[in-house]
Amino acid sequence: MTALLNIQGLCIRAGDKPLVSDLSFSIRPGERIGMIGESGSGKSMTAMAATGLLPVSIGVSGSIELDSQQVVGATDRVLNRLRGAAAAVVFQEPLTALDPLMKIGRQIAEPVRRRLELESGKASKDAISREVRDLIDKVALPQPERIINSYPHEVSGGQRQRVAIAMALACRPKLLIADEPTTALDVTTQAEILKLLDQLVRETGMALLFISHDLPVVAQVVERVIVLKNGVAVEEGPVKTVFGNPQHDYTKTLVEAARLFDEALGATGS
Amino acid sequence: MLDLQNVSFGYSREQTTLNDVSLSVRPGTSVGLVGESGSGKTTLLRLMLGLIRPTSGVIRFGEESLDTGNSAFMQRYRRAVQPVFQDPYSSLDPRQRVIDIIGEPLRSLRIPGDRTQTVAEALEAVGLPLDAMRRYPHEFSGGQRQRIAIARAIVARPQIVLADEAVSALDLSTRIRIVELFKTLSEKLTLVFVSHDLGVVAALCEEMIILERGKVVESGKTRDILAAPKHPYTQRLLASIPRMPA
Repeated sequence: MTALLNIQGLCIRAGDKPLVSDLSFSIRPGERIGMIGESGSGKSMTAMAATGLLPVSIGVSGSIELDSQQVVGATDRVLNRLRGAAAAVVFQEPLTALDPLMKIGRQIAEPVRRRLELESGKASKDAISREVRDLIDKVALPQPERIINSYPHEVSGGQRQRVAIAMALACRPKLLIADEPTTALDVTTQAEILKLLDQLVRETGMALLFISHDLPVVAQVVERVIVLKNGVAVEEGPVKTVFGNPQHDYTKTLVEAARLFDEALGATGS
Repeated sequence: MLDLQNVSFGYSREQTTLNDVSLSVRPGTSVGLVGESGSGKTTLLRLMLGLIRPTSGVIRFGEESLDTGNSAFMQRYRRAVQPVFQDPYSSLDPRQRVIDIIGEPLRSLRIPGDRTQTVAEALEAVGLPLDAMRRYPHEFSGGQRQRIAIARAIVARPQIVLADEAVSALDLSTRIRIVELFKTLSEKLTLVFVSHDLGVVAALCEEMIILERGKVVESGKTRDILAAPKHPYTQRLLASIPRMPA
């Protein structure tokens, strides 16, 4: 099977400073991959590069094939066709990812309308609002009528992240890129959002690139992980292998630290 | 040592942020205050620091009650109780050298003695080299900055350190080292550690207090609560924490 996302020899630099060096990995359709790293490891940069979202001042070289299209050096026309349909992104902070001046219903409607127009050349008001309702159901937002007519600041953080997920789903992407989607959330809310993401990814069969600094969170939703340190992939493999028997010193440090806090909590929990 | 009796607090008349909170911090024990956003944990810490006054209820420090209007008491209280905040990027004055930052409590609390020597001891206690003294905060990493903030908190040899999410902004590999530092410090002083992260509190504190929407729902020995959480909220909190795969 051809890869949905195929990154080969990716280098990202800001001026002379390398941010990501010679990174290669691929994601097959339906595969769930986690990217782990601490601040400055280049994980978000990689996600931005994959959808051609990096500013022009940042130098990108190497090859990024998304749904068989070259992203590096692609024009906005090409990228705009890929964004959404090939890959959609859920960002960390739903307060900044959503437009504060637009009601939630309209924000979800935008990607729906765009997709319908691309698919069939037209989008009726009825078809759009039906699908917005469906999406709100899918991400389990309560009181759809109220949510549709609310502004982002009027709903909770967890609900905002559900809105952001609904907007990503509206594109029916082949790959969902989630960049620290639960980091800004409380732990009980995080548990709900992780469950939702897991369920949606399984139902729709989309592939998932899940970016996080949090090892146990990553372990809950993906099959394979890539460990990044200072822009270099130091280890890659199935979650069980990498977390169970880490090879690289850096991975060992991370796994040991995570296990220490985990063991302090004792045997309770999921 | 520090006792809160039926303390309530509201930032406005309509809204109570803390509702009838009673708790006591015993000398030498490290206590974790655990809660999610909006639980009132930071407000509780601000009350304990004497930065705000309770709407009702009393806070006692030893035999005295915490009276923010009593400047003689507050002078003694500030010396006894020192804070460490979450974000070491905003809690350190970027225009001051480390020696002045750490030495600040000595100056404002008018503590006599050799300032350089005292600051040097604090630096050593937090594992920073002595040449850090002449440098500025921007020359240090996040973890090192938090060490500087901790050095400032302990330089006046307080009895209690109140830490508000003091490791939450740090990366995992740095976080574990700062938790170790707090653990070492907690052998010599009383630590009140506010955090949303139960894992960190479990690794660091002997006792914990769980807050939900301004109320204490459970408190006791960390070991006991983790082994058998009684309140449904504590149970839900514990069940929500993602765990490492076996």
